[in-house]
Amino acid sequence: MSGAPSIIVPRGRRPQRLSMARVGIYLFLLISAAFFLLPLYVMVVTSLKDMGEIRLGNIFALPQHLTAAPWVTAWGSACQGLNCDGMAGAFWNSVKITVPSVALSVLLGAINGYALSFWRFRGAEFLFVVLLVGAFIPLQVFIYPLVRITSAVGLFGTLPGVILLHVCFSLPLMTLLFRNFYGAIPLELFKAARVDGARFWSIFLYVMLPVSVPMIVVALLIQITGTWNDFILGLVFAGNDNRPVTVLLNNVVNSQFGEKQYNVNMAATILSALVPLVLYFVSGRWFVRGITAGALKG
Amino acid sequence: MPLLIRLRRILPALIALSPTAVFVFGIFLGCLIWTCVISFTSSKLLPNTDFVGFAQYARLLTTERWIVSVQHMAVYGVAYVVGCLVIGLLLAIFIDQKVRFENTFRAIFLFPYALSFIVTGAVWQWLFNPSMGLNTALAGLGVAGLDLGLLASPDTAVYGLVIASIWQGAGLVMVILLAGLRGVDPEIWKATRVDGVSPAKTYLWIVVPELAPGILTSVVILGIAAVKVYDLVVAMTQGGPGLGSEVPAKFVMSLLFERANVGLATAGATLMLLAVLCLLAPLLYLSYFRRGAR
Amino acid sequence: MNAIEVRGAEVSYGAHRVLSALDLDVGQGEFLVLLGASGCGKSTLLNAIAGLIDLSDGEIWIDGRNVTWEEPVDRKIGMVFQSYALYPRMSVEQNMSFGLRMARVERAEIDRRVARAAEILRLGELLKRRPAELSGGQRQRVAIGRALVRDVSVFLFDEPLSNLDAKLRTELRVEIKKLHQDLGNTMIYVTHDQVEAMTLADRIAVMRDGRIEQLASPEEIYSRPVNRFVAGFVGSPGMNFLPARLERTGDGLTAKGEGVRAALPATALGPAPRDGQPVKIGVRPEHFVLGAAAAGMALAATLEVDVIENMGADRYAWGHIGACPVAARVPLGLALAAGETVAVGVPGELVALFDADSGVRLTS
Repeated sequence: MSGAPSIIVPRGRRPQRLSMARVGIYLFLLISAAFFLLPLYVMVVTSLKDMGEIRLGNIFALPQHLTAAPWVTAWGSACQGLNCDGMAGAFWNSVKITVPSVALSVLLGAINGYALSFWRFRGAEFLFVVLLVGAFIPLQVFIYPLVRITSAVGLFGTLPGVILLHVCFSLPLMTLLFRNFYGAIPLELFKAARVDGARFWSIFLYVMLPVSVPMIVVALLIQITGTWNDFILGLVFAGNDNRPVTVLLNNVVNSQFGEKQYNVNMAATILSALVPLVLYFVSGRWFVRGITAGALKG
Repeated sequence: MPLLIRLRRILPALIALSPTAVFVFGIFLGCLIWTCVISFTSSKLLPNTDFVGFAQYARLLTTERWIVSVQHMAVYGVAYVVGCLVIGLLLAIFIDQKVRFENTFRAIFLFPYALSFIVTGAVWQWLFNPSMGLNTALAGLGVAGLDLGLLASPDTAVYGLVIASIWQGAGLVMVILLAGLRGVDPEIWKATRVDGVSPAKTYLWIVVPELAPGILTSVVILGIAAVKVYDLVVAMTQGGPGLGSEVPAKFVMSLLFERANVGLATAGATLMLLAVLCLLAPLLYLSYFRRGAR
Repeated sequence: MNAIEVRGAEVSYGAHRVLSALDLDVGQGEFLVLLGASGCGKSTLLNAIAGLIDLSDGEIWIDGRNVTWEEPVDRKIGMVFQSYALYPRMSVEQNMSFGLRMARVERAEIDRRVARAAEILRLGELLKRRPAELSGGQRQRVAIGRALVRDVSVFLFDEPLSNLDAKLRTELRVEIKKLHQDLGNTMIYVTHDQVEAMTLADRIAVMRDGRIEQLASPEEIYSRPVNRFVAGFVGSPGMNFLPARLERTGDGLTAKGEGVRAALPATALGPAPRDGQPVKIGVRPEHFVLGAAAAGMALAATLEVDVIENMGADRYAWGHIGACPVAARVPLGLALAAGETVAVGVPGELVALFDADSGVRLTS
């Protein structure tokens, strides 16, 4: 006898009542959440302790004497080697690099995506495929020639130079995103604008740009995060005067001089992660949309 | 006449695309070819045109440090991809159970992906600190026999990198696969219930195969990230202890900027490029195939 | 002077020819419908007339001017799309005035023309709304308004009703018809829906494989289709085709097939038929006479009924004559059930013969 119930009890994927399975699901999610949040928690509490407390060796413990001193030090006088200028300068360097790079690359990406989606011509497909492959190529492949080229034209180690390179290497992803976005916009909208007498730039400006606002927000998020988080371009091309936070943070954290100030290091780490973190938690779903849009196309 | 008219019509488009075209064909293809060419010369500090065939490659492939780098990359790559996939898939499946606070959970699992590798490396370097990090904290909690000072030993440093990068990247896989799960026809659940198939089996035999495109995308993206891994190593271990976590990307950089061996460096970079292209090939082939079928 | 003349138009993508050597004249003020299945080239033809697709060969003339290589905006055409393609971020007013603004028309003139179009199209109160806030019918009127303000001479419609539900479709169809009566502009309308074609058109061009199969009034397309394709495309349910062979009998002709026999006068056929020539007898479902009334008609057959379908106003019997599946309308009051056999007949003037191979109609 199979003991088949005469009444069909709803079971399977989506039961509404609290069962053992439900408890298990929440338990798993909570443990996972703990794993993902733990480093963030440790970062924050470490940055609020003094070194004496840290040496006790319990990284999970809440600070017993709250201190903001590591933050002040990190911002104003954290050391990389013998040079103790803090993160402040690098923070503003990152802003100076990120703002123009992002503005330019998003604008160019939108124009490229628009031109490639609606104004088809021979060679466009080839350009796009090369761009697509290019999005994945390791920077190491380009670095030596780029050092030579930028040195030759006097852009090596300058702010405009590093901005230009950021724009260049953002173009593939930005173009890809906007082309996919415009590819999903009905061709009829474009045709209607042509019948109405709009030309290349007026169609872009009056018809396409207004409907691209969601895509632009997503692109901005991806670009700000990506540019802010860049390390290699900043390391090689920014020069001593324009070091972004990532480069400085690395120098601070891995500084070989003196005793390591772990609390200062963690404060500096949070400071350099602040912009992407705030953007992430403020923008919420938009960020997720950006990541899926960027990752799924290829 | 028609040709001229057509040209005039698309001229603005050509102008608009010209910066990108210059980038693609000038900088991009140009630098790529330049690097490849140098890799076949005997260039040291300065590039020369003394072509030596595959000599640089031969030397590179017998260089101990390169061999170790590639081994580390392979171990790191496999562990990273598998780890991210397994954890990402589990997170996606569990989050897809109509749970409360779904958005909060998703935000928590994904936020590390918004952080740079340098930040990730800095945090985990601290967590793995042998004398003050997780090790001591766990000992204080009474957990013994678990050495989490992974970065202190050349044998385990790579696994330290793996854990840090899974923390950073698993959320990405979750988001990609969650999108796939949401795309699965909900009627499948009704059908399997009618047919008496258990949820676990439904996931294993019906849903996961449906996720194949998402899984493939994830593997390619993560695999390429593994070939390119650089920032994280620099921030976490500087390739050490000894050469315990040296990777190709870092080796190439040090050949370029510390050892001034351009020929060997470009040969290494070219091999990295080949690895990326190999990983990319199935995806490109598939998307081309799909387009062809349409 | 014709409103539109298409001369030898060809559009091809590589080896694939979408339009081949197509000629078409559209008279001033005419409502022409391009009818065909998807992929027949009807939309391509419309887009080519609009200037949105380049011709590989041939010419297009509008109002006596060769516009083959002119931009869409210079052709004095307005276009209404399937999705209406209203600019989503612009108000109704901005949507309608966009073309004029692009042409740098004076503000006062723009306002005047928009107001006039709004009055004709009953859009007065909606001018400040966004497209998303409009109903389907209102969107269509805005799309038409966009063309109206530009004072175009020709309106082009690209399947404007195919995205809508049946009820709204009927409503908007009538509205377009009325607009044509009021404005008197030349209109070309693309559809795959034969009902739209029959109700709207002055003339219908039935298209297939990049060619026009027949260009004629709706009545003629229905009653005198030039070939089997046109005959089968118009009418619902479609025309029945029964295989048969021609035989000379005395002073007449007989088409004989399995379970069917049609006697026609020799004069019924244009070209002299061969003896034994294979043909298809074409009969529309609504032309069958069933039961006792069928006696003595030119075409006589026996229909075995498989299914009776009740469609409200009509009933149709689906069955077969010989082995050939057939649909026939059942007159009111006739009792008929599935499984029964009934005698059917058709008067001679409603019987059409088509060549079995070429599909060309043989009856004159």
